[in-house]
This record gives sequence, C-alpha cells and structure tokens, in this order.
Amino acid sequence: METHFFTLQEFMTFTKGVAYLLMGCGLIGLPLYWIFLTGRDDEMRRF
Amino acid sequence: MTTHETPKPAGIFTPFNMIAGAVLLLGFVITVLRFTGGLGAVTNLSHDNPWGFWIGFDLLCGVALAAGGYTTSAACYIFGLKRFHAAVRPAILTAFLGYALVVLALHYDVGRPWRLPYPIFYSPGPSSLLFEVALCVFLYLSVLFVEFTPAPLEWLGLGKIRGYVVRLTLVLTIFGVILSTLHQSSLGALFVIAPSKLHPLWYSAYLPIYFFVSSIFAGLSMVIFEGTLAHKYLHHKMDAEHLAASEGIVFAFGKAASFVMMGYVYIKLVGLAADHNWHYLATGWGAWYLFEIVGLVALPSFLYALGVREKNMRMIRFASALTVLGIVVNRLNVCLVAFNYHLPADQRYFPHWMEIALSVFVVTVGVAAYKFITTRMPVLYGHEDYKHGH
Repeated sequence: METHFFTLQEFMTFTKGVAYLLMGCGLIGLPLYWIFLTGRDDEMRRF
Repeated sequence: MTTHETPKPAGIFTPFNMIAGAVLLLGFVITVLRFTGGLGAVTNLSHDNPWGFWIGFDLLCGVALAAGGYTTSAACYIFGLKRFHAAVRPAILTAFLGYALVVLALHYDVGRPWRLPYPIFYSPGPSSLLFEVALCVFLYLSVLFVEFTPAPLEWLGLGKIRGYVVRLTLVLTIFGVILSTLHQSSLGALFVIAPSKLHPLWYSAYLPIYFFVSSIFAGLSMVIFEGTLAHKYLHHKMDAEHLAASEGIVFAFGKAASFVMMGYVYIKLVGLAADHNWHYLATGWGAWYLFEIVGLVALPSFLYALGVREKNMRMIRFASALTVLGIVVNRLNVCLVAFNYHLPADQRYFPHWMEIALSVFVVTVGVAAYKFITTRMPVLYGHEDYKHGH
C-alpha cells in the first residue's frame, strides 16, 4: 500500500524514520555478517 | 625456483592471434569510418541519447573494473599487508591498461583527438564535474604509468632509474587512492544532474557514494577474475612466490569484497528508504533492479562468504565473475537502460553493431597488450636481480 504525503515535513519524517530503523538493523546485521564471514578463520597469532 | 620459462614457441598463427587479428582489422575499419564519417556513420547516438555504449561500457565499466590498482596497492603499501605484494604488479598493469583504453575509447566518442589537452591546459572548466573527471583520469593514468615503470625498467636492465621510481611507491599509492576516490565518485555524480531522466530506482543523491563503494569490490573482484585467467593461460610465467601467495590473495580479497558488497546492498536499501521508492519494486523496472542488486551483488557476496568459510576456490572465482558481470550491468543500467526510461520505445537508444564491435576491439587491444607485457616483463614473476628490492 502506498503511503500518501501532504507536506515535505511528513515525507522527511517518514523517510528518515525508516532510514533510522535500517541503520539499527545495519548496526546489528553487518557485525553479524562479519562474524559469519570470519567464523572459520585461523586463530590470529597474538605476541 | 622460477617457472617462468616459455615451454615452446607456438608460432604466430595461434587461435588467439587469429581471432585478435580479425577483431583488430575490423576495429581499424570502424576507426576509419568514425573519423571520416563522424559519429552518425557508426553509432545510434542522438540529442536524446548523447552518451551511448562507448561511455556506458568502455568508460564507466572500464574505470570501475580498473579499480584493482588502487585497492591492491593501498592494501599492500598503505595498510602494510605485504602478503598481497605478488598481486600488486598485475593489478597495476590491469589498471594502467584499463585507464589507457578508457582514454583511447573516449577519443572515438569525443572526436578531434588533437584537442585532448584542451580541458586541462587550454580552457579548463573548474566548476564542471567532467573537468574533475578529466583531470583525475589524466593524473591517475600518469601515476599508474610511473607505478608500472619498474617492470619495464627491470626488463630493459635500467636498474638505477628503477631505484629512483621504487622510492616514490608510497607517495604514488597515496596519490592514486586520492585521485581514484575523487573520480570514481564523480562518474556517479555526473548522473545526479539528471533526476528527471534516470529511473528513480537508479537515481539517487547518493550515486557518487554508490559508484565509489562499488568500484572497491569491482577492483577486488577483477583482481581475482584476472588472476584466474592468468593462472589458466599464463601459469608457466608465474614464479614460486606468485603461486604460493595466490591462494591467500584470493581468500583475502574474496572476504573483503564480500563485506564491502553487503555494505553496498545496505546503502542501496538506505537510498531506497530515503527517496521512498519502495513501490517501484513491484514493477517491471523493480524486477530488473532486484535482479541487479540481489542476483549480481547480494548473491555473489554470499558466495564469496561461503567460499571463504569453506576454503572453496572455485566458488570464489565464480563469485568474482558474477560480480564483474554485476558491475557491467549496473553501469549500463545507469547510463543506458534506465536512462531516458520515459521515452517512447522508438526513441530509446540501442547501440549500433559497430559501437559494440569497437568496444570488443578496445577490449581485444587490452588483452593483447596484457599478454605482450606479461610474456616479456617481470609482472607475474620477480626479476632475478631485484628479488628483495621491493
């Protein structure tokens, strides 16, 4: 269903709200993807 | 032990030489037609579509796929990942040839090659993005030329001059990264000026960022893809160091490309959200857009990740080919397919066969030059006299 906007304020509030939600997802999702990506890497030598 | 001896002379009439010769001959004929009859003689370009296949493929794809030069040299010399050293020279060579061919192809589109220095030295337009692109390509091609010169200097036995050039490596690498960041993004910014012409799914104020980020994984994937072809056809030219390092390079570059690609998918999603373009996804254009983003970015990213986890070289190499295809599709979408999307079908642009043939000619020149250089100069192997001189 398409959302209707009557003012620029409404448009910005809605789109920024979705963008902020996506940023939250990215903050969680991208580190998880990194863990998946490096999950079977050899142990780094620490000395 | 080095294994870069040619097994036996194959003669001049090899299948590669025959096909390349035929393509070069056809390209020469089209060159004559273009520079005697003008653009109209060999292209379908018009005032509605002044940028065609030569800009979309030869320039946009050429520049993106030549990004392996700055990504590899930055990894090796700026981030200090010296285990990627074996990949630097092939990547720099590919980038140098890529940019040289971009400039060559641009001559066909722009015409009047003797006026090439005009935008830089005679009538610069510093407020124009095209000026910035021209300046960066001019400077970066010069940087790549200097970065590549140690190989021909070693080949020619000019060790003293080579020593001076090698001292410039770090400065040239930093310069190359700055210039690449500037012009890779500017190529995307060129389309920001046309919000009414480009389909909303591809148009975004973030186009410069999309072009820059996609150039990073394009470059990484191109290094893997080109390495795959080099291993298949120029294996005998590689020395032990190159062969030993190649597997690690493929896994590391695959891992980096996978993460950057997932980041790219993520910023594309943010772009969709910022412009509120979700409803276009349910249209035919949306299906084509999803094919590009899911099929040619997210899927290869996942294949890279699986390949890295499973240590599956074949999967990573397949993912690199898919990524290179994805970059070509993306650049052609922005420049041709989704551009002027609202025009009636009979006014839409479709490249003339001679435009495509000339692009094949340009790619063939690149492949022939790559083969000529790698079979003679120390690119895929270290020169005996300079083994520890990098």
